[in-house]
Amino acid sequence: MQKSHYISEALPIRILLTFIAIAFIGIFVALPLASVFIEAFSNGISGYLAALDNQNSKAAIKLTLLVAAIAVPCNLVFGLAASWAIAKFEFVGKRVLITLIDLPFSVSPVISGLVYVLLFGSHSLIGSWLQKHGIEIIFAVPSLVIVTIFVTFPFIARELIPLMQEQGTEEEEAAIMLGASGWQTFRRVTLPNIKWGLFYGVLLCNARAMGEFGAVSVVSGHIQGRTTTIPLHVEILYNEYNFVAAFAVASILTLLALLTLFIKTIIEHNFPQDVKGQEV
Amino acid sequence: MANYFKLKQPSIIPGFGITLGFTLFYLLLIVIIPLSGLFIKTAGMNPHDFIRDVSSPRVMAAYKITFGISFVAALVNVIFGFIVAWVLVRYKMPCKKIFDALIDLPFALPTAVAGIALSGIYANNGMIGSWLAKFNIHLAFNQAGIAIALIFVGLPFVIRTVEPVLQDVDKELEEAAASLGATRMQTFCKVILPQLTPALLTGFAMAFARGLGEYGSVIFIAGNIPMVSEIVPVIITTKLEQYDYNGATAIALTMLVISFALLLIINILQGLSGRKAGR
Repeated sequence: MQKSHYISEALPIRILLTFIAIAFIGIFVALPLASVFIEAFSNGISGYLAALDNQNSKAAIKLTLLVAAIAVPCNLVFGLAASWAIAKFEFVGKRVLITLIDLPFSVSPVISGLVYVLLFGSHSLIGSWLQKHGIEIIFAVPSLVIVTIFVTFPFIARELIPLMQEQGTEEEEAAIMLGASGWQTFRRVTLPNIKWGLFYGVLLCNARAMGEFGAVSVVSGHIQGRTTTIPLHVEILYNEYNFVAAFAVASILTLLALLTLFIKTIIEHNFPQDVKGQEV
Repeated sequence: MANYFKLKQPSIIPGFGITLGFTLFYLLLIVIIPLSGLFIKTAGMNPHDFIRDVSSPRVMAAYKITFGISFVAALVNVIFGFIVAWVLVRYKMPCKKIFDALIDLPFALPTAVAGIALSGIYANNGMIGSWLAKFNIHLAFNQAGIAIALIFVGLPFVIRTVEPVLQDVDKELEEAAASLGATRMQTFCKVILPQLTPALLTGFAMAFARGLGEYGSVIFIAGNIPMVSEIVPVIITTKLEQYDYNGATAIALTMLVISFALLLIINILQGLSGRKAGR
């Protein structure tokens, strides 16, 4: 027993460190989390529901669902294609390709929005052509979808690539030699192996797609009821000093975040071999 | 020998052409072409204007604020993140699962929500802000507010990079050090800390890089006062609202180049910490 004193810390130090850790997470994470719900319900449940029952809030929710419903499947197809090419084959330039796929994570959200304004804005070549033909991209829904695809671009791919690399190619090679087609091999052999990793990637991709603020803020134009996603709607309400409504709408996103974390924890706990935890 | 000169190793698995083709096409369309637009736009600018745009006093002040406060926030996260990781790995405590899951919240919570929540807490009429105001301490609408937001968004990085390395630290080394007469402090400084340094540096760099680009969580609590609490992304959006596309592009490009350089450093550090952990 006496030995444990030398390979661990004295009891007062252990208590002190635990206290610091809890206080740090409490002040910086738990308190902001709790405050969203405290503020949202500060006028009671009826006040909360009244804040949500509003034309612009409903439009924002619909738009957010629409944007995520397009952006996530696009990146899902990309993630599957990229991970198949990268994990199942050996070719020159693979490392460069992986680095390029990760690129959007290192671009500030505001800059992500800016590059699309430069590309499609009315002063650009493409933008003036589009304007002539009456196609709206910037300050309209298409730009929201495109920037969301950009900021969530790597999520699914970077989840699947290491997972599929670890699993190797033997099972697929066996299936092909036994006469399966490429598609059959993917569906019957690869997919069952990667399904939890895939789900995990989609989960994180979706959370970011619905919660993205900076990039969509730059390209949205903030047209109430038309180009404001939930996070942008939160900003507008907050800047109008409509705090209860702002926090009520924010609570939807907070619940989404909590649900995401909950499912993420369950997957990580039950299928630790099937997912690569990632920090973004 | 023939394979040596080929760009791709032969394989009986089908689908290489179509998946790689699609990957490259999609990457080009969504990432490469739009990003290169930033460089092309800059190349078309007058160098004199470029330098004027990226070095005006207000922009220089914003660089200082953004880099300085990101650095401080990352440092705070290194110190407290290390303590949290240590407690998580080494000590027992009740409700550890919930505590552990909470750490990832800053990754999952949309930045705008974090922004209004933090601003609501630390503003002079907020939960903590109103109490601190009695002592004439103001943490919102100034640089302290920016630091609070950046500590929040960078919080998980250090914890999540240190945690796995700490788990792999060989307890027998500590026992050996103790049995050879080292005090706990000596064991910590000379045996444990050196093994964790690359992970701590990686976590620091990731939190720092994240802080440089952060926008949503900062703008509500910063007050965005020019020369005092205005960060670089806010300057970029302001320039865009004034249709000053050249100015916005010049500043964005400068920031982008710096973040890519940081990314390179992070990759090198991760390589080092991976080797240390025997992975």
